[in-house]
Order: sequence, then C-alpha cells, then structure tokens
Amino acid sequence: MSSDSIALPRAETASRPLVDALHGWVTTVDHKRLGILYILYALIFLVIGGIEAGIMRIQLMHAHNDFVSPQVFNRMFTMHGTTMIFFVAMPLVFGFANYLIPLMIGARDMAFPRLNAFSFWLMAFGGFLLYFSLVGANGLYGAGNAPDVGWFAYAPLTSRTFSVGHSTDFWTLGLLVSGFGSIGTAINILTTILCMRCAGMSLGKMPLLAWLNLVMSGMVILAISPLTAAQVMLLVDRYLGGHFFDTQAGGSAVVWMHFFWIFGHPEVYVLAIPAFAFASEIIPVFSRKAIFGYPVMVAATICIGFIGMSVWAHHMFTVGMSSSANTFFVLSTMAIAVPTGIKIFNWLATMWGGKIEFKTPMLFCVAFLFQFLVAGLTGIMLGAAPFDWQLSNSYFVVAHFHYVIVGGILFTIFGAFYYWFPKMSGKMCNETLGKLHFWLFFIGFHLTFDFMHIPGMLGMPRRIYTYEPGRGWDVWNLIVTIGVFFQALGTVIFVTNLLWSYFKGKAAGSDPWDAWTLEWSTLSPPPVYNFASIPVVKSRRPLWDLKHPNDPDWKYE
Amino acid sequence: MNATSVTVAETIQWDRPVRGRVAMFGLIAAEAAIFSIFVVAYLFYTGKSLTGPMPKDVLSVPIFYTICLLSSSLTIHLAVSALRRKGVRGFAVWWFATIALGTAFVYGTATEWHRLIYHDGLTISTNLFGTTYYSLVGLHGFHVVVGLIALSIVMALTLLGNVRAEHAERVDVLSLYWHFVDAVWVVVFTVVYVIGR
Repeated sequence: MSSDSIALPRAETASRPLVDALHGWVTTVDHKRLGILYILYALIFLVIGGIEAGIMRIQLMHAHNDFVSPQVFNRMFTMHGTTMIFFVAMPLVFGFANYLIPLMIGARDMAFPRLNAFSFWLMAFGGFLLYFSLVGANGLYGAGNAPDVGWFAYAPLTSRTFSVGHSTDFWTLGLLVSGFGSIGTAINILTTILCMRCAGMSLGKMPLLAWLNLVMSGMVILAISPLTAAQVMLLVDRYLGGHFFDTQAGGSAVVWMHFFWIFGHPEVYVLAIPAFAFASEIIPVFSRKAIFGYPVMVAATICIGFIGMSVWAHHMFTVGMSSSANTFFVLSTMAIAVPTGIKIFNWLATMWGGKIEFKTPMLFCVAFLFQFLVAGLTGIMLGAAPFDWQLSNSYFVVAHFHYVIVGGILFTIFGAFYYWFPKMSGKMCNETLGKLHFWLFFIGFHLTFDFMHIPGMLGMPRRIYTYEPGRGWDVWNLIVTIGVFFQALGTVIFVTNLLWSYFKGKAAGSDPWDAWTLEWSTLSPPPVYNFASIPVVKSRRPLWDLKHPNDPDWKYE
Repeated sequence: MNATSVTVAETIQWDRPVRGRVAMFGLIAAEAAIFSIFVVAYLFYTGKSLTGPMPKDVLSVPIFYTICLLSSSLTIHLAVSALRRKGVRGFAVWWFATIALGTAFVYGTATEWHRLIYHDGLTISTNLFGTTYYSLVGLHGFHVVVGLIALSIVMALTLLGNVRAEHAERVDVLSLYWHFVDAVWVVVFTVVYVIGR
C-alpha cells in the first residue's frame, strides 16, 4: 500500500487557506469533485426530507393527534416527495454517475466538464429555489408558504384560484431549473459513455454500470423533457392567463395527469436503473464471480427502458379511462415484470456457487434483492386495474412505492456508499458501524413499510392529516412511526461512519475489495487526471486480466 | 500495491463518435420530447375552445415565410459544404443567407401575431386556441431566435476571420440544430395550419 502517495494531495489541501479551498470547490469542473458535490448536496437534502417524513409520522402516530396543523401537513408531504425525488435521489444518481463513469471507462473527465458544472449548479439552485419558498412565497397575499399541492401537483389545485401566493410558482420554477440541469447532465453522461471510452472498451466490454447509466441518461432525456414542457404550460396558465389546465375554459385536468406521469413513471426507472447498476457491480465482487448473463442484463435494461416509457397511465386507473386504455396499461405494466425478473434471476445466479462475503455493501445489495422483489410483487398487484380501483390513493400505494424507492433504490445507494467510499476518500469505512447502520435501517425499514401496507388495505387514504380512532388503523400507524426512529438512528450512524472514517479510517489503498473494474486501478482518491496513462482493455474485467495473466477473461469472452 | 497500470503495449484501431454530434443529437431528442408534448396538447385541444375567435376565422397559411425557413436548411447545408472545401468566402455568403431567411421567418411570425392581437383580438388568454397557438408557435419561434443568435455569433467570428476549414465539423453540429428547428416547423405547420384549421 503506497499510503504516501495517497496522503500527499490531502496534505496540500489542508495547508491552503479555507477560502481558497472553497473557491476551488465552487469553481471546479472536475468530474470527481462535482460528483462529491452532488452527493453531499443530496445528503443534506436527505436529512431535510427525512425530517419532513418524521414530522408526518409523528402526526399520524395516533388518532386525533395535533402535532402539526393540516396546512403544515400538506406542505410536509409535498416538500417530502419533491425533495426526495428531485433533490435527493436524482443528485445521488448523478453524483455517482459523474464520479464513477469516467473512471470506469478509462477517461480523464466527462465529455463536457463545464456543462457538468453548469448542470450541477442549476440543480443546486433549483433546490434552493424550492426551499426559498419557506420565506419568499408569502408575497403580498399572506397565504401559504411552502408548496402544498402534492408532489404531482394535480390541476386545478395549482390554478391561481386555489393556490394563492407564490408557493406553487416556487415549486414549478425549482423543478424547471433542476430539470434543465438534469437534461444537461444526462446529455453529458450519454456523450461521455459513447465517446470517451478507452481503447479496446467496445460497448460489449463496458462495465454494466456504464451500460445501465447509458440507458438511464436516455430515459432522463426523454422523460424530464415532458415535465419541463408541462411546467412551462403551468407557468403560462398561472402568469399569462392561459387555459391548458383550466376546466372552466375547456382545458383539461386529466391532460396534466398524463403529462406529469409521462415523466413520473419513467422517473422511477431513472432512479431504479442506476440502483441496478450498483447491484450489478457490487454483487459479483462480493460473490467472487463474474456477473451472470452480461448480454442479457444489458438487453433487459434496454427493455425496461422502452417498456418503462409506456406504462405511465397505470397511475391513473381511477380517473376513468377507456377500457382499451386500461387494458393497454395493465398489460404494459405486467410486461415490465419480465425483464426485471430476468435481472433478479441473473443476480441470484451470480451469487449461486460464489464465495459470498457479507461485507456491508453486499448486505445492502442482498436486502435490496428481496425487498425489490416484494416491491415488484405489490407493483403487479397495483398494476391490475380492478385491484388498483380498490386501493389507489391508499397507504398501500404509499407502502408500495416506498418499498421501491427505499427498499430497492436507497438500499443499493447505501451499498454504493460503502463500496466506493474507499475510492473517493482513500479511507475504509468502519465495518462495525456499517453493519450497525445496515441492521438498524433494515429493521426500521421493515417496521415502517411492511406494516404500512395494512392500514392501506383497511382503507386508510394517503395524505390525510389525522384519522378517527377505532378503525383498526391505530396500532399499525404506531408501528410505522416507531420504524421511522430506527431508520433515523441508522442514518445518524451512517453519517457518523462517513465522518469518522474520513478522518480516522484506515487507509484503503487503490483496490481494497480485490475488484475488477478500472476505477480500482488508480490511486484512492484518484489524482485529478485519473490515469497517468490512458488504459487499454481487452475484456469486461481488465483488472482480473492484470491479476491473472495466465487465465485472462478475454480468452473466454 | 501501488496504483496498477492497465496499459497494454499494443496499438489497436479505436474509433469513437464525435462528442459534439452525439451531444447535439441528445439535445435534439430532449427538444423533440418537449415539442411532442406541446403538439399533443395542441391536437387534443383543437376545437375545444368555448369562445371565439376560432382558427378558421383568423389563421391564414404563411406559405412565403414557410418557404423562407425551409430553404434556409438548404443554404446552411451549402454553407457547411463550402467550408469543408475550404471556401470560407462561400461559407460566409451562404451562412448570411441562412440568417437572412431565418430573420424573414421571425418577421413573418411577428406580423402574424401583431395582426392576431390588434386586429382579431386573439391573445394567449383569450381562449384555449390562443393558449395553445401562442405556446406552440411561440416555443418554435423561441428556438428560431436562439438559433439565429448562435448563427450570428458564428457570422461575427467569420467576419473577424476566426472561422476556418478545420471548424467545419463544429459548424456542422450547429447546422444540425438548425435542421431540427426547420423539421419542427414542418410538424407545427401541419398541426396548426392544416389539421387545426
């Protein structure tokens, strides 16, 4: 381990004055620094969004609670949803993509470093704009502060009549601005993957993470743009007196629903596909086997990308669409289970017969496998229109999509943190704290979201701010709220672990996991230029080839 | 273990697509998605206005300005081919022609809007037709104006003598955007002046 060469860059930064260091971070166009900025920014918003969730759960802990007013409750669920999707999940996905893709494909930076910085700051200011509504949205009307129209902001709630003041405008502008940032980053990732690969890395030899992020960026380009268009229409309605969603003048509220969910459903896959990417990198390394069925994984991802664009109206079965539309969206929703199932089998087959090491990243990925499966099963239940008519807009739906986003996506993101933290910081994460984080979060997650299905089936609608006692909902809500405290504690341990390991952790060396992709061939943390000389690869696992010159992968691929 | 190097001392044939071109196609895909949403909205709301004026009463087909815009695709193509053949002078002439044709189109839209607003009393808030019409045509017009600004910057650089044959590839990337804006007009024209009228 050459700890000298790792310690050197940090010694330099420490000796510089703080202002200089901050100036360096603000003006940076380096993909690694921007990736870390994205991730830190997302972590801050994760805490904020988590506090909002905690406030809601305390309010719903028992019947007739009055911890917050109904108005505040509405703001909390709106801000929680918007924050978690646009300012936590998206920046986490982009942060890891930014950091890892150039390293994994053997490039020195993204294709457009300045566009990269511009996109990050657009997204950052989108988030600030949303939260500025807390002080700025009162305007002269004295009505409302944070947006309170729900994260999908159905018309006519967003019309001037029902949303006085500027809270909805901050919501719209925040999402519009961060949306431009997302499109910029997606174009950058797409171009980087297609044009910056090192010699020998044909498309079929890319790490799966690069492949999956290629599909993800394509989906961002095609899915965020409709949201941008819809937000422009909403602004036209609110500021120029337009009638797009004004039912009094012939406009249609259902059109907003379609436009929102044309974005909203692909967005789930925009977040899930990078989560699959993390699992596809972590599971093989900790099973000590190459990924099972690489070409099928790629094909299944592209399938998910295509089908994922055509399922959006399964969010709208209760609106009253024609039976042919219902049938189409039921069938397309069912169809997407096929490629997703293929992926789950491939991960299982990768683990089958492997020498599995249950380090923290692997623990999170194994939990992801089972939790994502359950989330998919409730997804199939809700994807059947008659079932959805019964349970749409109930806590069953809330439990389902949190199972996807927390149980599936967030768990792999935690896994990714523990897996790549040594590369980003040069220090190992503390394994004991990591396991403690895992178990606390695991228990908390299952207490909260397993039991949340039940009040949903008992008829508890989402977004109600309190409820009558004696409907059989009380005990389940109490359990759900107790789970939140476990999750919060787990998150505190996680942040503690990151900070402690950053300052006190033991040096990681360039390749602590004995892994096979290119990012582990350079120093930890990597130098600004990533690679002293641009690598040349001959297989999907270049470091395996290097470590096993007598038995390289390229002989078999 | 020190940082391992994965360099193999072999030279292999290694071609990758051009960055600017790929990124422009990405941008065009995103823009196409935005336009699709506006076009769908226009088609869905056609004939759903509760009050007048209606499209058939006030819209006239802008044949001349459409020819201007569409022929600018040809002139920009000629400009880029001229630059590829090191003909900076020919490039400047055709490039200027493109800007002139694009400007004529914007002038056409401006006069049409002026007539609609002051003569026919149609604004963006008058009725559903006004909302969808000004949004869709305005969104396209906005893209033409952005394109004209970009073209003018290249024109200025050309006049200052900074555009040479080796920039043909970059200029060609910009021309992709211009072709896209023209292609969108074909759709907008069909939707607004043929189907929607």
